[in-house]
Amino acid sequence: MTSASVLFDAPGPRARVRNRIISVVTLVFVAMAGWLVIAKLASKGQLTAAKWQPFLTADLWRTYVVPGIAGTLTAAALSIVLALILGLLLGVGRLSPTTAIRRPCAVIVEFFRAVPVLIMMIFAYFLYALYDTFPSKYLALAGVVTGLTLYNGAVIAEIVRSGVGSLSRGQHEAAAALGLSWGQTMRSILLPQAVTAMLPVLVSQLVVALKDTAIGYQITFVEMVRQGTVIGSTYGNYIPALIVIAALMISANFALSAAATRLERRLRRSRQGTQPLEAEAIEQGGAPSALIEPGD
Amino acid sequence: MEVFTEYRDQIVGAFWTTVQLTVFSAIGALILGTALAAMRLAPVPTLNWLGAAYVNVVRNTPLTLIILFCSFGLAQTLGMSLVDPKSPTSIVDSNFRLAVLGLTLYTASFVCETVRAGVNTVPLGQAEAARSLGFTFSQNLRIVMLPQAFRAVIIPLGSVLIALIKNTTIASAIGVAEAALLMKEMIENTAALILVGTIFAVGFLFLTLPLGLLFGRLSKRLAVDRQ
Repeated sequence: MTSASVLFDAPGPRARVRNRIISVVTLVFVAMAGWLVIAKLASKGQLTAAKWQPFLTADLWRTYVVPGIAGTLTAAALSIVLALILGLLLGVGRLSPTTAIRRPCAVIVEFFRAVPVLIMMIFAYFLYALYDTFPSKYLALAGVVTGLTLYNGAVIAEIVRSGVGSLSRGQHEAAAALGLSWGQTMRSILLPQAVTAMLPVLVSQLVVALKDTAIGYQITFVEMVRQGTVIGSTYGNYIPALIVIAALMISANFALSAAATRLERRLRRSRQGTQPLEAEAIEQGGAPSALIEPGD
Repeated sequence: MEVFTEYRDQIVGAFWTTVQLTVFSAIGALILGTALAAMRLAPVPTLNWLGAAYVNVVRNTPLTLIILFCSFGLAQTLGMSLVDPKSPTSIVDSNFRLAVLGLTLYTASFVCETVRAGVNTVPLGQAEAARSLGFTFSQNLRIVMLPQAFRAVIIPLGSVLIALIKNTTIASAIGVAEAALLMKEMIENTAALILVGTIFAVGFLFLTLPLGLLFGRLSKRLAVDRQ
C-alpha cells in the first residue's frame, strides 16, 4: 500500500471533513441501492420465508447441494492432480535443450492456453461418447476433467517455466561445474527450488480449477451451479438458490486465495532460499508468451 | 469439408457474435475496472473497502453463476429488462445484453487488479512530484499515474482481453448464439466430431494469437522510457 498512500497528501482538517462527507454520501448511496434491491426482491416475493425455508431442510442439502459439492470437488481434485503431472512434463519439456522436445511442448502449451476450456470440454465429452470410453454415468465428469486438465496443465507448464526461470543463474552454473547432466540438474537442483517459488501460484490455480468446474454446467455435469439451478426450478426460488450456491463458492475460493497470499508473504519473509512468484501473476493466462518473447 | 461449406455462414455468424460479445464487454469492463481501481486507491476508506469487496466477491464467483444469475435472477425473476419488449428480436437481444452485463461485471474485477498493479509499477518520484506541484488525488491519478500505469500493463491487459474472448463461450449457458453453442449443435447434427472440433479450435486461435502478438508489440512501442 506504500504507493497508494503516496498518491495523496496526509489529509488535513479540511480534507478529513471532505473525506468524511464522501464516505457518508457513498454509504447513503449504497444503502439506497441495497434498499432498492431488497424492495424489488420483496415486491417479487423473493424474501418470503417460503423461498428460503427449503434451505433449512436436510432433504434439500442431501438431495441437491451435497452431490453438487461432491461433483465440484471431485472434478477439481482430479483435474488439479492430473494438471500438475501434465504441467510438470510440458514445463520441463519446454526447458529441454533438445529442440525436438522443446518445440512440440511449446506448441501444445500455447494451443491449450488459446482454446476456451468449454470448447475442450464439449470436444472431449462427445469424443468419449462416440468411442464409449467411459460409462455414461462418468461421461460428463470425464469431459470436465479432460478440459480442465488440458487448460490448467498448460498454465502450470508456464508456471514451472517461470519458476525455474526465476532462479539465479548461479544454480545452473554450479550444477554444470559439478558435472551434473541436464536431467540431474533439473531434478535435484532446479525443480526443488522452483517448487517453493511456485507454491503460491499453484494454490491460486486451485481457485481457477474450482471455479472452472462450473463450466461443466454446459455438458450436464452435476456440480454446484447446476444443482443451484435445479433447486431453483424445483422450489421456484432461483434467486435464493443461486445466492446460497454463490456464498458457498465464494467462501471456499476466498479462503484458498487468502491462503495463497499468506503463503506468498511467508515465503517472501524468509531471507534465504528463492523468492516466490506473485500469487496472481499467471492466474488469467492466455497470452501467448512464447510468441511475444523473441527467441524460444 | 462438406460440413464446412454447409455451415460456413453460421460459423462466421457465430464467431461474429463472439467478437461482438468481446468488444462490448471489453469496453464496459475497462471503464468499470478503472473506476474500481480508482476507488481502491482513493483516500476515502469507505471507497477502498467497497472496491476491495467487489473485487473479492466477483473474482471468486464462477462466471457461469454470474451469467445464470443475470438471466434467471435479473431477467426472469425480477423482470429487469435491458431491451424494448416490443422489438421483434427482444429475446435474442435480451440474452446477448445479459451476457454482456455478466461478462463486464466479471472481467472488471480483473481489469481493476491489473490497473492497480500498473499503478504500483510507476516510480514513487512521479506521484511525489505531482503532489509537490499541488495536484489533488484525482489530478494525480488522471494526469500522472494512470497514463503511465496503462502503458506498463499492456501485456497483462492483453491477457485479460484474451481470457475474455475465451470466456464469451460461457454465454452459451443462456443461449447466446456464439461459437460454443454452434459447436455443440454442429456436433449433434453432423457427427463430424474431429472436423468440427478443429474448426472451432482454429477459429479461437485466429482470434487470440494475433492479439497476443499485437499487445506484445504495443507494449514495446508504448513503454514508458525510464532512464
